Amino acid sequence: METALLAIWRPLSATPLLWLAATLIAYAIGRGIQLACEGAPLANPVLIAIVLVAVVLGASGTSYATYFAGAQFIDFLLGPATVALAVPLAANVGHVRRSFHGIGLALVAGSLTSAVSGVVVVWLLGGDRAIAFSMAPKAVTTPIAMALAREVGGVPALTTALAISGGIVAAVIGRPVLWWLRVDDWRAQGLAAGVAGSGVAAAQVAPLSGLAAAFAALGIGLNGLITALIIPLLARFWVG
Amino acid sequence: MPFALAILVGCQLLGELLRQSLHLPLPGPLIGMFVLTLALLVGGTGRTQAAAGPPSWLVQTSNGLVAHMGLLFVPAGVGVIAELSLLRREWLPILAGLVVSTVLGLVVTGLVMHHVTRLVERRPRVVPGPARHQAAQPEAR
Repeated sequence: METALLAIWRPLSATPLLWLAATLIAYAIGRGIQLACEGAPLANPVLIAIVLVAVVLGASGTSYATYFAGAQFIDFLLGPATVALAVPLAANVGHVRRSFHGIGLALVAGSLTSAVSGVVVVWLLGGDRAIAFSMAPKAVTTPIAMALAREVGGVPALTTALAISGGIVAAVIGRPVLWWLRVDDWRAQGLAAGVAGSGVAAAQVAPLSGLAAAFAALGIGLNGLITALIIPLLARFWVG
Repeated sequence: MPFALAILVGCQLLGELLRQSLHLPLPGPLIGMFVLTLALLVGGTGRTQAAAGPPSWLVQTSNGLVAHMGLLFVPAGVGVIAELSLLRREWLPILAGLVVSTVLGLVVTGLVMHHVTRLVERRPRVVPGPARHQAAQPEAR
């Protein structure tokens, strides 16, 4: 029995198809659980899929490089999907123009808070400088965050992990916390998701409202610009 | 679908080219997003109100991609397993920093955006205090 399983497993594990299928199935299971829980925030399909795939990789002793050789086809679609955010953004450009003041102030306040508080909390709890500066750019979209971390002495791989986990935190608690604070406006919810949780949190709010999707897209793009200016300045205060 | 994908990937490529030639600090897909937004706005102004807006095939493909964007983050997210030893060693500052800074960033952005847009939109009238205009707002759900 075991040899028969191995005979199937060995050739399968060498093709990219296996991990491509595993990622799709894991996400479909995550979506199923989310629907069964009637959209409860903790039943986040991204979180569920990552945990499922990580457990399968650990149990089968598969390296991340092997997994990524298959999953890269899904990863590649992130580029076109980011460009696709232009459609809700263009459709809601009137709203964007009308709330120009709010967007500018909220972006600067949110970017500063997020970058500075990350560094301060790590410092207070005795973490390394490398961890603090992997944390600082994590709210920004992953490719910018990695480049910034490298520039100021962080660990780019850790920044990627933190960017995704931060996005999941923002996706899971974002709507309940903002509702509790009576921020019931799609513009504010979308912008907050984009600034604090970049793509992962935007993916959670975008299907709910085109207006939120537009403001999330704007939040991701402009937060990248502002944080790229803040982080190098911040790095001068803590010279390692 | 093929036209829409060609446009989306084409904008991404254009973004990548702009990034490299102008040394922009943003990644290619984000520049592509701003390029396509601009193109849609410029293209939409010349037409009549009824024909305005992007073509339906582009809207359909874009909505499909945006609706399932979460799936596209799974491969990068699984990369966490490569950092497990570091996470295990320094879990407290990492976890606390992650949660505190994300929540603070989210709350500050949401609150500032919410209240500034309200002030701006109510400017013609007398600006009410925060307690009053919260009470005046009907429950949204």
